[in-house]
Amino acid sequence: MQQKDSNILIVDTSPHIFIGQTTESIMRDVVIALIPAAVASFFFFGIGALIVLTVSIIGCLGTEWIFCLITKRPNTLKDTSALVTALLFAFCLPSSIPWPMVLFGSVVSILIGKLIFGGLGFNLFNPALVGRAVLMASWPQEMTTWPKPGKIFLGAVDTLTQATPLADLKGYSASYMDLFLGNCGGSLGETSALALLIGGLYLVFRGVIELKIPMTFIGTVFVFSFILKVDPIYSILAGGVFLGAIFMATDYVTSPITSKGKIIFGIGCGILTVLIRAYGGFPEGVCYAILFMNGLVPLIDKFTQPKIFGT
Amino acid sequence: MKCRSFSGGVHPSIAKELTQDIPIKVIPIPNELIIPLSQHTGAPCKPLVAKGDKVLKGQKIGESEAFISAPVHSPTSGEVVDVKPHIHPLGQKINSVFIKPDMKDEWVDNLPKVSNIDDVSTEEIVKKVKEAGIVGLGGAAFPTHVKLSPPKDKKIDTLLINAVECEPYLTADYRLMLEEKERILIGIKLLLKGLGINNAYLAIEDNKPKAIELMREALKKITDINLVILKTKYPQGSEKQLIEAITKRKVPVGKLPLDVGVVVQNVGTAKAVADAVLEGKPLIERVLTVTGSNIKNPGNFLVRIGSKFSDIIEFCGGPYEELSKVIMGGPMMGIAVSSLDVPVIKGTSGILLLSKKEVKYNEPGPCIKCGKCLQVCPMAFAPSRFVEAGEIRDYDQAMKDNISSCMECGSCSYVCPARRPMVQWIKVVKSQIQKKSKEKK
Repeated sequence: MQQKDSNILIVDTSPHIFIGQTTESIMRDVVIALIPAAVASFFFFGIGALIVLTVSIIGCLGTEWIFCLITKRPNTLKDTSALVTALLFAFCLPSSIPWPMVLFGSVVSILIGKLIFGGLGFNLFNPALVGRAVLMASWPQEMTTWPKPGKIFLGAVDTLTQATPLADLKGYSASYMDLFLGNCGGSLGETSALALLIGGLYLVFRGVIELKIPMTFIGTVFVFSFILKVDPIYSILAGGVFLGAIFMATDYVTSPITSKGKIIFGIGCGILTVLIRAYGGFPEGVCYAILFMNGLVPLIDKFTQPKIFGT
Repeated sequence: MKCRSFSGGVHPSIAKELTQDIPIKVIPIPNELIIPLSQHTGAPCKPLVAKGDKVLKGQKIGESEAFISAPVHSPTSGEVVDVKPHIHPLGQKINSVFIKPDMKDEWVDNLPKVSNIDDVSTEEIVKKVKEAGIVGLGGAAFPTHVKLSPPKDKKIDTLLINAVECEPYLTADYRLMLEEKERILIGIKLLLKGLGINNAYLAIEDNKPKAIELMREALKKITDINLVILKTKYPQGSEKQLIEAITKRKVPVGKLPLDVGVVVQNVGTAKAVADAVLEGKPLIERVLTVTGSNIKNPGNFLVRIGSKFSDIIEFCGGPYEELSKVIMGGPMMGIAVSSLDVPVIKGTSGILLLSKKEVKYNEPGPCIKCGKCLQVCPMAFAPSRFVEAGEIRDYDQAMKDNISSCMECGSCSYVCPARRPMVQWIKVVKSQIQKKSKEKK
């Protein structure tokens, strides 16, 4: 059979078909899953939330773009992971924080949190949390002052600040329903458990995350708080437990790859969160709990390798 | 009956509807047949014919003295026009016998026929299987007579007949079950007798209800052969996974099925065994699936071994668009061929033609450590670690991680969202380990 010269057959290794999911589609799904919480933050904290989100996005994407230009690497913005970091970073800031701090933190997130390790896939710590931790150490005052939520459509946001419900676990009066909906003081994206749950369910449904880490994380906080005689429902709804458990502790790159490892990781995050809240110097422990457990991931993976078939 | 399975695995789209309802058609003898002298796992054959010789259908044209080998036979009558190296589906050039058919299709004389299977002894069955050049028709092409002659210290008690056909697109085994049920059952009985045991399982995936119904009816009166229905999941048809699903036995790393008392044979092989014992017919033709989105008339065909891919594709109406990738076998483990001049060999279970759109190259990205490859690996490996080992050339670590037991099913590459070429790396690491161990010797 005489074929045209141009007809060269492609030869490569099997398999020859692939699943539809790609790195880009996963990141896109995470962005979609974060939209409900972003909308909620705008609803409760108004224009301030919008400013923080916008500055964070500009800072993160801009840093990665400039870094790729300077280092003459292919532009990696198209994998959308920088956008995920930008949203998550903004979500753990109070809406009243001055924008230059947001910009500084977002640059730190992407540059120190991700790029200097070699980019996506190589970082040890969750980039958004690295940015938050640096801001927390630099401007603790601004980082722990949360505006009271107001309904933007009814007028200006109440500029009065209030403590996060967590700051006063025993005496604060927010109802469970307010906490669940997000009608309480706190960082942008962490207050509305409902919005975060919707996003989390979407990710599970799309096969992006498994339930192992979120369930063990939230479950451990619940049980461990109960043991320490702190209201367990309050403990999981107030603060950043839902945001951390669903969106940060499940970050592929900085969480274990083995099934057993994921469970250990989730439990570890939960225990540390409660311990820091109860005995640490900060009201909230989610960020440091996850960062600490991130550091243990290589070790966890090493000791939880599955038993090979036939050994 | 409850569905059994294994842990791990993937669910690629099955794509069997393209051909599963099309009965097996015979492809006429082409103008040229090219029979490679190595179509099996084991020692290659030496040619028994030379240029200018006349050959008859079923005449032995290549043989080896080695135990792990299988003779090859002429698929039709005609003249040997050449014996020279020719490109083989696996890529390299292999010494091959070129035959110009005379179109008379004349059989060799006095083929040893048997009318009652009770008349043949165990030794005779093994001998006839060997003489007929039968190899595993599932794809690996391991000589069948070797599997029927286990070492004395290994006690075999179970025969598994693999009719799983877990590769997407392929339907040849399925059609064979629908159309050649009787012969298959005779073949299984002969294999049982050849092994001297009386316990066989016929394994079918639950996405083939017609074949299950048919076989269930036929097996009502046969106590030696049990039907097992397995969950539809890739790679259910992999030997070790199949053995675990059915017998709950785990083949230890580095060991063979016979170490746990099991022999696995493909359902098509059983049919070939029946043909060989009853009619003395050597393995000179096989059923294969020609399919994919880039072939006009897909279907299942009875094809002479040695037919060129180009002739078969032409018979099937040719491609819709310019050819881009032609695969021997299924899409998960099949081999992309470099030329349409390659011949059909004993292990060719299908020819799959994918369209340009389907074979779009995706630049691999960095590993995002999603762990999906671990979840799907049927051997419970961490495939991403093999890739790491390959990248930093830490072959000792890969060897410690038992990379040699990886059967390259491709589940890890299939699920990888970063499109990392896992199987390719595993092949590289394996070959480097082999090279190193040879150097040591």
